[in-house]
Amino acid sequence: MNKDFIEIRWHGRGGQGAITAAKIVAGAAFVSGYAGVVMAPTFGTERRGAPVMTSLKISKTKIYDLSPIETPDIVVVLDHLLLKEADVTHGLKPGGIIVLNTPMSFESYHFKDYRLATADITAISVEAGLPHGMVNTGIIGSLEKATNLLGIDILIKGIEEEFRTRKPDKNSLAAGIAYKRTVSGG
Amino acid sequence: MHIIENGNVAAALGVKLCRANVIAAYPITPQTPLTERLSEYVELGQMKAEYIPVESEHSALAVCIAASSAGARTFTATSANGLLYMHEQVQWASGARLPIVMCVVNRAVGAPWNVWNDQQDSISQRDTGWIQIYCSDHQQIIDSVIKAFWLAEKVSIPIMVCYDGYILSHTYMPFDLPEQGKVDAFLPPYKPDYALSPDEPANLNTVTLPDVRTDVKGELAHGYMEIRYLLQEELRTTLMAAAEAEKRFAGIFGRSGDPYIEPYRCDDADYVAVGLGSITYQLRVCVDLLRKEGIKVGIMGVRFYRPFPDVAIANALKGKKGVIVFEKALSYGYEGALASDLKSALYEHLAGTGTLPFVQNFILGIGGREIRTDDLTQALRAATKSRVSKEPTWIGLKL
Amino acid sequence: MGTRNYRRKTSHSENGPGDGGRTGSWRVERPVLDQSLCIPCKRNKEACFICWLFCPEIVISRTIPPKVDLEYCKGCGICAEECPTKAITMVDEAKFSEEDTEKKKDKD
Repeated sequence: MNKDFIEIRWHGRGGQGAITAAKIVAGAAFVSGYAGVVMAPTFGTERRGAPVMTSLKISKTKIYDLSPIETPDIVVVLDHLLLKEADVTHGLKPGGIIVLNTPMSFESYHFKDYRLATADITAISVEAGLPHGMVNTGIIGSLEKATNLLGIDILIKGIEEEFRTRKPDKNSLAAGIAYKRTVSGG
Repeated sequence: MHIIENGNVAAALGVKLCRANVIAAYPITPQTPLTERLSEYVELGQMKAEYIPVESEHSALAVCIAASSAGARTFTATSANGLLYMHEQVQWASGARLPIVMCVVNRAVGAPWNVWNDQQDSISQRDTGWIQIYCSDHQQIIDSVIKAFWLAEKVSIPIMVCYDGYILSHTYMPFDLPEQGKVDAFLPPYKPDYALSPDEPANLNTVTLPDVRTDVKGELAHGYMEIRYLLQEELRTTLMAAAEAEKRFAGIFGRSGDPYIEPYRCDDADYVAVGLGSITYQLRVCVDLLRKEGIKVGIMGVRFYRPFPDVAIANALKGKKGVIVFEKALSYGYEGALASDLKSALYEHLAGTGTLPFVQNFILGIGGREIRTDDLTQALRAATKSRVSKEPTWIGLKL
Repeated sequence: MGTRNYRRKTSHSENGPGDGGRTGSWRVERPVLDQSLCIPCKRNKEACFICWLFCPEIVISRTIPPKVDLEYCKGCGICAEECPTKAITMVDEAKFSEEDTEKKKDKD
């Protein structure tokens, strides 16, 4: 993965908070010296529960091209059921990383050309004291474990800042636990 | 201080910093988050303003016209069919010489129905006597809103600050948030030449006859033709005021550029790509690639569309082999509006001098049709080999 | 500059008769007041003045009796319509021209 320019595509459901997660990572990247960050949600009509995508580009220099990501380096999937509903690996670069929230074991997946990182973020979030289904902060921990991109501390800081009035401790705890427990390889 | 926010929030922050005191707007995708954010600022007391929820865009601009006539610094925003709904008032505002600032979040117009980005909405309003500025990123959005209030109040002409729906309005990127103190230094409180008041009652924009006639005081008052002539004259001299705004802005905020156009690798270019808004930034990737192939190509982003900076454009394109205009709108029945205006400027200033480039018009991104960087590069490369067509060529069509 | 500059660039007229020219010449009917029915006249007191309020041209004075400025009254008849006691009637303008001509004849 070219650490000077990284494209991450997030797959979630409307209302699940993929945009917030991407925003936190964007902010952390920016303060870490990535001068160019561009985050774009699905453009157009949406509804709660429908599959949506968010794209995040981070670059050491300002990003001028805002067109949709065609060949992501990383794909983040907030809900394993989306694997059936959306073509989440579309365009993923060979050797690219899939970060997946799933209750199933790492071994039960067989993505031939890609690397995989899994964690049961749904369960981890509940363990951290969050309501069922709030997975967008936990998934950030998984992303960092899989990519070693920005450092977990700066991401936890970003989470606490974004959620400062909405259970910052529980959200950052979810990320911390996910970071420890994410299994990655492939 | 840099923050990461979307284009709508950048615009809202600009309006907040400029201390607008009357906002009347009607929601329409993709402008809605802008107006919602402004209503939050007012509700939370972060802005000392009247936010007037109206029942339509026509009413929104009508309310702004009334408030501006009474001396308020006013703002509204809209897109596509909303802009068209207020069209009658758009014509009114410029004829009434009111310094209203309006953000147009560019979106395709119906029919058929479409909520995604193209520029037909604002381009279709280019003849209304409003100033039109196009932004390519969030820094330009917030900076242009601030400059717009100063400029509008200086020349008493309303301004549309345009930016691409979704591509800019809903996309997050970092930009510098200007400090309130600096904005206050740049933009003093609005002091109109005349403001409606019970102490000075008057009839505004009364009927005018084909010929001039004497007024109440027995003096010859300007007729319709004179008033319209002055709008045209002062729109043309706005180009100078725009340069002044840029200089003033640079002095206070420490950043500036050419007031009318944004050139990229143009100096030694044989071919120049031209456009309005975010596409001019996307083209940079294409240009960098083609330069590596040895093709000398550059970009000229047009910032001021009205008044049209014909002299600046002709000077920048003089002697180039070809100009390739990429447009997300057109004057139906002929060709791209920007291409036409550009050809007219080139003809006016360069005909007969041997420095006239060919003009290739591409139409793309209509109704939010995805603009793939690869396709842009291909089209640009083809046009640098030779002019592709006399009429506009549509990129990305799937007939 | 100030207001004058604004007046150059816009169509702006101040309050007062005369901006439209001598509009009294447009008149086909003229309002005539019967003071015996007029409320302020009868009471000798500032009251009613609905004719003054409704006149679109502000050519009726708020006096006892209300007076119509015939230089600018266009004869729209709104005062007659709105008067609560029907003290105002609209009379054919031609009748007054005849009388005026008659008076002139007498003088000569």
